[in-house]
Amino acid sequence: MSLVGDTPAPIDPQVQAAADQALDQLNEHTLKTVHWHFSEDTGSPFWLEKKAELNFDPLKDVQSFDDLKKFPLFEDEWLRGGPIRRWVPKGHAEKPVYVFETGGTTGIPKSRMVIEDHWKDYELFSDTLPDEYFPKGANWLMLGPSGPRRLRLAVEHLAQHRGGICFCIDLDPRWVVKLIKKGWMDHLEEYKKHCIDQAVTILTAGHDVQCMFATPKLLESLGDALEEKGTSLAEVGIKGIFSGGTEFTPQWTRFAVEELLGGPPEEGGVFMTPTYGNTLMGLACSKPISAADGYKISYYAPQPRAVTEVVQFDDYNVKVGYGETGRVKLYTLTDEFFVPGFMERDEGEREQPFETYPWDGVSGVRPFHELASATTVGVY
Amino acid sequence: MITLNPLRWGKQYDSLDFNDVVHFDTGEPIARIGTVGGGIVGRDMRVAHKAREALLEVPTNELLQMCRKAAELFEKETLPVGDSQQTVDDFIHQQSASTGLPEHMCRSNMTKNSFVLSNMEQILDCLTRGLDLSILSNGYGEEGRGVTVSYQAQTPILGAILPNNSPGVHTLWLPAIPMQIGLALKPGSQEPWTPYRMVSAFIEAGVPSAAFGLYPGGHDAGGAIMAKTARSMIFGSAQTVAQHAGNPKVQPHGPGFSKILLGDDIVDDWEMFLDVMVESVLSNSGRSCINCSGIWASRHTKEIAAAIAERIGPVDVRPPSDPDAQLAAFTVPAMATGTHAMVQQDLAESGVTDMTAEYGEKLIEREHCAYLRPMVVHADSPDRGVASKEYMFPFVSVVECPQEQMLSRIGTTLVGTVITSDEKFIQDASRCVDIDRLNIGPLPTNRLNWLQPHEGNIIEFLFANRAYQIAPMPAAANV
Repeated sequence: MSLVGDTPAPIDPQVQAAADQALDQLNEHTLKTVHWHFSEDTGSPFWLEKKAELNFDPLKDVQSFDDLKKFPLFEDEWLRGGPIRRWVPKGHAEKPVYVFETGGTTGIPKSRMVIEDHWKDYELFSDTLPDEYFPKGANWLMLGPSGPRRLRLAVEHLAQHRGGICFCIDLDPRWVVKLIKKGWMDHLEEYKKHCIDQAVTILTAGHDVQCMFATPKLLESLGDALEEKGTSLAEVGIKGIFSGGTEFTPQWTRFAVEELLGGPPEEGGVFMTPTYGNTLMGLACSKPISAADGYKISYYAPQPRAVTEVVQFDDYNVKVGYGETGRVKLYTLTDEFFVPGFMERDEGEREQPFETYPWDGVSGVRPFHELASATTVGVY
Repeated sequence: MITLNPLRWGKQYDSLDFNDVVHFDTGEPIARIGTVGGGIVGRDMRVAHKAREALLEVPTNELLQMCRKAAELFEKETLPVGDSQQTVDDFIHQQSASTGLPEHMCRSNMTKNSFVLSNMEQILDCLTRGLDLSILSNGYGEEGRGVTVSYQAQTPILGAILPNNSPGVHTLWLPAIPMQIGLALKPGSQEPWTPYRMVSAFIEAGVPSAAFGLYPGGHDAGGAIMAKTARSMIFGSAQTVAQHAGNPKVQPHGPGFSKILLGDDIVDDWEMFLDVMVESVLSNSGRSCINCSGIWASRHTKEIAAAIAERIGPVDVRPPSDPDAQLAAFTVPAMATGTHAMVQQDLAESGVTDMTAEYGEKLIEREHCAYLRPMVVHADSPDRGVASKEYMFPFVSVVECPQEQMLSRIGTTLVGTVITSDEKFIQDASRCVDIDRLNIGPLPTNRLNWLQPHEGNIIEFLFANRAYQIAPMPAAANV
């Protein structure tokens, strides 16, 4: 998938100007965030303790976003085990705290404490949704992982933020992973059916659900289940879908648009947008996808709250050229959580800024080739 | 580089996702395969009945003629495969390059597949025990002694999750077409060649293209085939077989644990049967489920093991184009190193002796692949763990066991060659439920008679024998 050898088109001067301005904002935001997390009166116990181990002073030596490379890479092992309070910035000490988990099929799950970040991420995302297909006031269905994961509350907030009410289903992805590892594929099918039955029940119960979140696999299954009942996503009233994950590939998008949703939105009546996110970063939005562009999917992080870079496989401090392939590195820069460079389990191609998102993006996201064989993909 | 696209009931699908097929020794890409996910497979399976309908339009005898034609095309002609025209030599080179099988073994598997296809009429005659094929086609008919018989197709299509490196097993799904059952195949990621070329040969021979689905992809695609077809076959490990055991929808094919049993009446003359034993162990680089993994006798076992070791122990790695090459490469080197480690564990058990130790290193590691050279192991009792092992290279355990205990101790045995003239032993072997294919006499385990039923008779898998009664309608009802 590497585009090495193709010369990327020069960046439009207006986009470049916007990109320069965005970088200025990012530098300023970085300074503010580092000072918040490393000041004695606002920082978290974790980072204040970590400060003593550093061979530089974040308060003096971080002057720009690029200076974050002075930090060691963020290790996700730090998120396994407690006490969870060590992550809560003193500046937010009195506020209610959520804990969201990721992983946990084996061993201790990774926990991230959150105060309001999940709301803010989804409010920003809300601004990118076209009202025509995600009508304000419409009800939502959340067809994805539930339990201690961030997604359920985040989507629910998105629905409420847009004036709707969110219906949810019950889905434990850790059980799904165990079923796959045990080879209990019949049980897997039954569990999937159990989840889809819940969704079909809600969609056909007169709740005026017009928007939904679904993982690619569950969306496929839901579409199939509705067709078996002689109806379709469009016919039960769905207009807008957002979906996400590394399985959201151009091939899958083509299948979904051409075969599952009855064509592009103007023909099939259903708009679908991909997203890429996780418990650390929040939600990256996609450049609009089209058949003319080969269903290429390019993600752009919600800068300056989070940043993604595509970096060289052999030097995580050096970005690859535009169109070239590298590993995805992310930064989280909110007043709740600070991640100065975390190596994602994904790789992809570096994408140029454009009008809507005048900063770098990443396309072709897929499991990092060196880790791919050890990853159970397609959990739900 | 050749590009192979998915085929959706005869229509090429331009995938946007590709997997590279690489040369086992150099790592260079030799093909790219467009893949599909489970969603596409699932949607196609909803209209699978059209595949059977297309085949039902063609009379069975014409399909049999087309099979004969397809056999010739498959074995001898240049055929459109993917975006290229594939000669026979191209096919051999490509298959050898991606699977690590020596080229002469690829040719021999090609001949085997072609033989089955060209002799389909006799094979079906054997599998159905002489049933008029129009009965399968119509669903019912007259058996010939005044009795109506009925065979009900259990599925419009046969799904198959095909293996990566055993081109000979494709013979198992070929009979579906003349029985007017469509095919949804997930080709192996390293051996897409046989299913692609075979489907091309069928279509060129006149079989409706709507009968064929080829769905390269990951577990997701295979899972969708298995979940959404009423009958499917899968090739895999012992765990795969165990996972599907007892599932009437699935016919799993795994290790064969095939064996040769030497009767007490002939075991003193064991040297007469050395060629049979060597061929059974070494043919096709020991990869097939019909290769012999155990030789059981009550005495002379050390001498037997030493004699086999003397014949196959010196076999070494040769280039795939060498007509004398006997060893296939492990295209995933970790499989070889892992297998080697398991064998070392087997050898650590008391009573187990490596009879090939003096023939040099067994694990040969290369940059992109690895080889395991042949091994013969002696076990002084069926209690040794190695007595029930099977590996994907020429490996056999020669097990010392009293004759009267053999049939109760051998365990699952796909092919059992029992070399004896002892009528009681023959009778007991005939009644032994652990042996699937039974050879009485000096028949190598790898030599099949295609006019005998093979494991998991596909007729019984795809059709159910049922009651069917017809009474004339009263005249008034026809008014």
